[in-house]
Order: sequence, then structure tokens, then C-alpha cells
Amino acid sequence: MLGSFAVLRKQSLLGDAISHAALPGIAIAFLITGAKDSNTLLIGALISGLIGTFWIRGIVTKTHLKSDTALGLILSLFFGFGMLLLTFIQKQPNANQAGLDKYLFGQAATLVESDVWMMAIVTGICLIVMLTFWKEFKILLFDADYTKTLGFNTKTIDILITSFIVLAIVLGLQTVGVVLMSAMLLAPAAAARQWTNSLAVMVFLAAIFGAFSGVVGTAISASQNNLSTGPVIVLVAGVFVVVSFIFSPSRGLLFKQIRFIKNRRDLELHKTLAFMHQIAETHEDISHPHAIKLLNNFQGYTRSTLQKLVEKDYVQLQGNMWSLTETGFDTAANLYTKQSTEDE
Amino acid sequence: MSSAQIEIQLIASIVAVACAIPGTFLVLRKMAMISDAISHSILPGIVVGFFITHDLNSPLLILLAALTGIITVVLVEYIQKTGLVKEDTAIGLVFPALFSIGVIMIAKNANDVHLDVDAVLLGELAFAPFDRLIIGGIDVGPKSLWIVGTILLITVTLLFTFFKELKVSTFDKGLAASLGFSPAIIHYGLMSVSSVTTVGAFDAVGAILVVALMIAPAATAYLLTTDLKKMLALAIGFGIFSAIFGYWVAHWLDASIAGSITTVLGFVFLLVYLFAPTKGIIAVMYREKQQRIEVSLLTFLLHLKNHDEESERHVNHLNEHINWQKVRAKSVLDLAQKNNMINIDNNIVSLTKKGDEFTSKAIDYIITNEDAQIEDMKDDFFLFRG
Repeated sequence: MLGSFAVLRKQSLLGDAISHAALPGIAIAFLITGAKDSNTLLIGALISGLIGTFWIRGIVTKTHLKSDTALGLILSLFFGFGMLLLTFIQKQPNANQAGLDKYLFGQAATLVESDVWMMAIVTGICLIVMLTFWKEFKILLFDADYTKTLGFNTKTIDILITSFIVLAIVLGLQTVGVVLMSAMLLAPAAAARQWTNSLAVMVFLAAIFGAFSGVVGTAISASQNNLSTGPVIVLVAGVFVVVSFIFSPSRGLLFKQIRFIKNRRDLELHKTLAFMHQIAETHEDISHPHAIKLLNNFQGYTRSTLQKLVEKDYVQLQGNMWSLTETGFDTAANLYTKQSTEDE
Repeated sequence: MSSAQIEIQLIASIVAVACAIPGTFLVLRKMAMISDAISHSILPGIVVGFFITHDLNSPLLILLAALTGIITVVLVEYIQKTGLVKEDTAIGLVFPALFSIGVIMIAKNANDVHLDVDAVLLGELAFAPFDRLIIGGIDVGPKSLWIVGTILLITVTLLFTFFKELKVSTFDKGLAASLGFSPAIIHYGLMSVSSVTTVGAFDAVGAILVVALMIAPAATAYLLTTDLKKMLALAIGFGIFSAIFGYWVAHWLDASIAGSITTVLGFVFLLVYLFAPTKGIIAVMYREKQQRIEVSLLTFLLHLKNHDEESERHVNHLNEHINWQKVRAKSVLDLAQKNNMINIDNNIVSLTKKGDEFTSKAIDYIITNEDAQIEDMKDDFFLFRG
């Protein structure tokens, strides 16, 4: 859901960056508390994720480094630091440390009931906040300057959205892991984007796609041995994206291609008709028959276009001869005038 | 220092140099995230290569992995070209998908072999010296040293051969195309080099560190200079420094070498980010503050010029009228006085002749907005700063 906002704000890779940046937080939280309580670890992840995000902001606004550089930089540096801490922890005499690296790749199976409740609660809070600030989020998303002039505190809203994205990512880490989190954030939103232009519908669709790929992915991975949940979920989500790319009615590649071909056919039809019109004009009687051969040198002409013209009742065929009908002549004339007015 | 230690440091430094060179261009071309994508998506290539050869060290593996890297780039570009999503979303979609495929392939088929995801992603430099290349029974050094050395050699050769082309196409694609070398070829060439470097290096230092080594030194260098050659040199320098220093940190902490090199890189970047002479945060903030005072001064002088009444020019009046805090008003007043722009007589402020001229010039500039006018004024501004 929150992914929709990320996609529309062109911050898609933020998810990737944050999920990596959360690692040192987890490690530090563990170092401080010495226990593997998932809540403290999550808080640690949240804090370091936020620090990462705002540092990225700082780099982009204060220096001339571009956002991609900033993202890659923070991502790799934080992750490296996290690795350092993790290996450091591994050398510590503490029996609890096993399983920390599960956070890297995620294992839905390791979730216990309390984790699920936790997730449900946080999702609920996310939903409530989103519904409350729906208008503000929406307006900030599409026209930040306008929002400012309306007197909203853009910074607060911005921080709010970002924090929630970070929160969602950190929660998801446990299920799908660091690497695949960005896909979980992006894929449903990118798929949903293809089907609609309305934000509300998009968010709704993204939620459905996300939930669906989660369920299907888990089912597939449970049905077979040795399949970790995260990657399967991501692949299912990926399939959604591909399907959406190809089959979405207004933006999909398939329909675009169909439209493209259709347009070209129409154009050929019009060209033929216009050419016929030119010939017909030279005669007083518009339905004076002409030989089909006349058209042979003409580019737009094929047997099928002629057939189509007949179907549309623009042309009559008699043996090897064709003649324009009344309607055909009028349409062609209109075509011509329309074009000439457009040219001017 | 044992010979293993020296070898580790040598490998780390060579990897750092090999990464810094393409990294610089990636940062300049705003494609830094591509390196992250490549480093993840080469996984399926490696896995497939492993299935074919059953040998983790075969060169075919590197070749296939590099191929997957290029496939990633092509896919990203294809998705982007359809116009359905933005470039960053395209990257974010492609690499997790490829990575998932790789993970699943490993999980399904290669569970019992020594090829696990941790090793691929994180690498382990400490073991690099134990994996030796033996030619004709003679031990010629660690294998990864040879691999990254070869890659570095290729990269450097390419760099020197095509330096001019790379430079032109990085900064001005249109010019490059009109001069007759195809930006596409250079683009894919660079991508291939990045892929190969990533693949060659990842086995020594892990995928994450590769990304860090590519981006961080280049970004750090970019904050310090705008000259391409200097930037390359600086990036290489930072890379080597972090590699060696990071090794000793890891040695001291008894932790992952890759992680500590990255951490050192992070600290270097943080330092430069804060203290870089012209582009660091502190320098930027200082400059912003100075500019604010200059603008305040200008506002103040304009105010004086507009008002002849004594009540408007009273020192205390400034506080309320222009809505300045006392301290700020005082500092602006002092500055103006130091530059002989104003006289203060009985708490009544008036412009001196110099101040009057200056203000007229400023108005001129504000009205005409011509750059020629501001050039003289810049000299005047330097007066204040001194």
C-alpha cells in the first residue's frame, strides 16, 4: 500500500536502501539489550532506517550528489556497517546471537503469533493514519508547491509518510528479508499503477495484489520442500507485474500494440478513400465506375482495405470496377476538408 | 605481518582500485543504483554457471555472471522504454526478481554444495589467500588475486584507450553522438566492465562491499573535486586507504573484513561530507549564512535609501520594521558601518556617499537583472566578507 506512494514519488529504490540500512539498527539493538526480543530489534531497525533516510535527504539537498548515488552510498555503507557489527556479535559469547542473520533473508516460518499480532496492529495504524491524512498525502504527492501555498506543513507530512514507509519495510523484513523487501514494496504498486489512474483505486489494488502474492507465494513454497518463502512471494508479485504490463487495458503493451495496428489500418483505409475521392472528383458522376487496376500503384491499397470499404458502404464493387457511393464520397470529402483545416 | 595478511590487503586494494574506476563513471552518469542491481542479479548467472561446470572457480562462471549483469541492464532499459514505470522502479523490479530466481535455484538444486547465499552476498576476504592458484605445481599466489588483477588490468587498459570517449559521452551525450562515437556502445561497454568487475570482486569481498567500493570512493571524491582525472585519482586513493585501514580495523575487532572496509569508507565519506572545503555541509551552511547576512544588509540599505524621515531611520526602529532580532540587527549594522556604508549619528542611521552609490547599483541590478552588473558588486561583497 505504502509502496504506491513510494512509486509515485519516484523513491522506489528508497525501500531497498532502507531495508539495508535497517541492519545496523538490528545489530546495535541486539548489542545493547543482549536479547533477541523482536520488538526491540524492530525499534532499532526503525531508528537506523530513519537515520538512513534522512541522511539520504541531507546528501541530496545539501550537496551536488544525485539521489541514486546517495541511495547506493547509504545502502552499502549501512549494510557494511551492519555486517561488521553482526560478525562482531558472532564472536561474542552469547548464545542468543544465532538467528540474527535470519533478518537478512527473512523466513516467514520463524514468525510467532506475537509477531503476527504486532504486524496486524501496525498495519491497522498505517491504515488509520492514511485514511485520516488521505487528502494531505494526495496533494503533497502530486503538487508539493501547491500544498505549501495552502499552508500545510509539507515537512511534517513528508516525514510522516517516510516514517510509515520505513515502518512498513522494517516489519516486512522479517518475512521476506532485506534484498527482496524492495520488490514487495514496489511490485504490487507498479502492477496496480498499470490498471488505474486514480490514487485510491491504485492503493486498493496494490494492497490486493500484495496480499494475493503473499498468500499464493506462501502456498507454493509450503507445497514444496526447500523453497524459501520470500523469493517465491517476490516471483509471484513479479508475475503480477508482467501480466499487468502486458494486459492492462489502457497502458498495457498488448493493447498498445493492438491500438497501434488498428490506427495504421485506419490510416490506410483513409488514404485509399482519399485517393478514390481524388479520382472520383474528376468525373461529374461520383459513382462512375473505375478499374481496380488504377489503385494498384497506390501504397495504402490492399484487397482487404477495399473489402473493408465495401463493408462500410463507402464503395461498390462490380466485377473489376469500383465506384464511390454517396456516403463514401461525403466521408472522403469531409476527410479532406478536415485535414486541410487542421493543416492551417 | 604474515604473507597471508599482505595478500589480503593486496587483494582488497586491487579490488578497491578496480571498483573505483567504473564507479566514478557510474556516479557521474547517475547510474549508481545499477551497480547495486547488477551485484544482486548476477546470482542466477553464477548458479547456472555452476550447474554447467560444477566448479566454483571456472571462468565460465564469471562470464555467465557478467552476462546476467548485462541482461539486467537491458531489461531495466526495456521496461523503462515502455514508459510504464520510472527508471528507479524498473531497477527495483528487475533485480529482486532475478535474485529470487537465483535463490530458488540454489535452494532447489544445489543445497548440498558449497554455494550458499551468504557466501555470495557477503564474501569472505579472510579465506581468499587459502584458495591458491597452482600452475604446473608452483604456487603463484591466491586465485582471487589473479582474477581481480586481470580485471583491473583490463579496466585500466580500457580506461586509457577510451578515456576521451568516456569523458565526452559522460558529460555531453549529444556531442559524443555528433562526434561519431556511439553512446550506446560506450554505455554497454561501461556496463559490461562494471558487471565483470562486480563479478570478479564479489567472490573476494561480497556483493554489498562491491557496491560500496564502487559508489563511496567516487562520491567522496566528487565532493572534493570537479576534475575528472583528479576525481579518478582521489577515488582510487580513498579505495586503497579504506581497504588497508579497514583490514586492520577488522583484524583488531576480529570481525568481517568486508564490513569493516565499508565502515571505514563510510567514515571517510562522513568526514568529507561534513568538512569538504566547498561542498561539505559545514561549508555550505557557512556560505548560506553569509549570503543571508548579505541579503539582510542589502535590504537594510534599501530601506535607508527609501526613507528620509528620522523616525524610520532610528536604530531601534529597525527591530520592529524589518522584523529583525536584536542580535541580527546589530550584526548587520556593524557590518554596514565597518564598510563605511552608513553613519550613525545620535542613533539615527544615514547612508554615506559610498553606501548611497552601492545601493543605487544594487537597485539597478535588481531591476535589470543583468549579470554584468553583479560582477562589480561581487567584489564589493568580498569587502564585507573580509
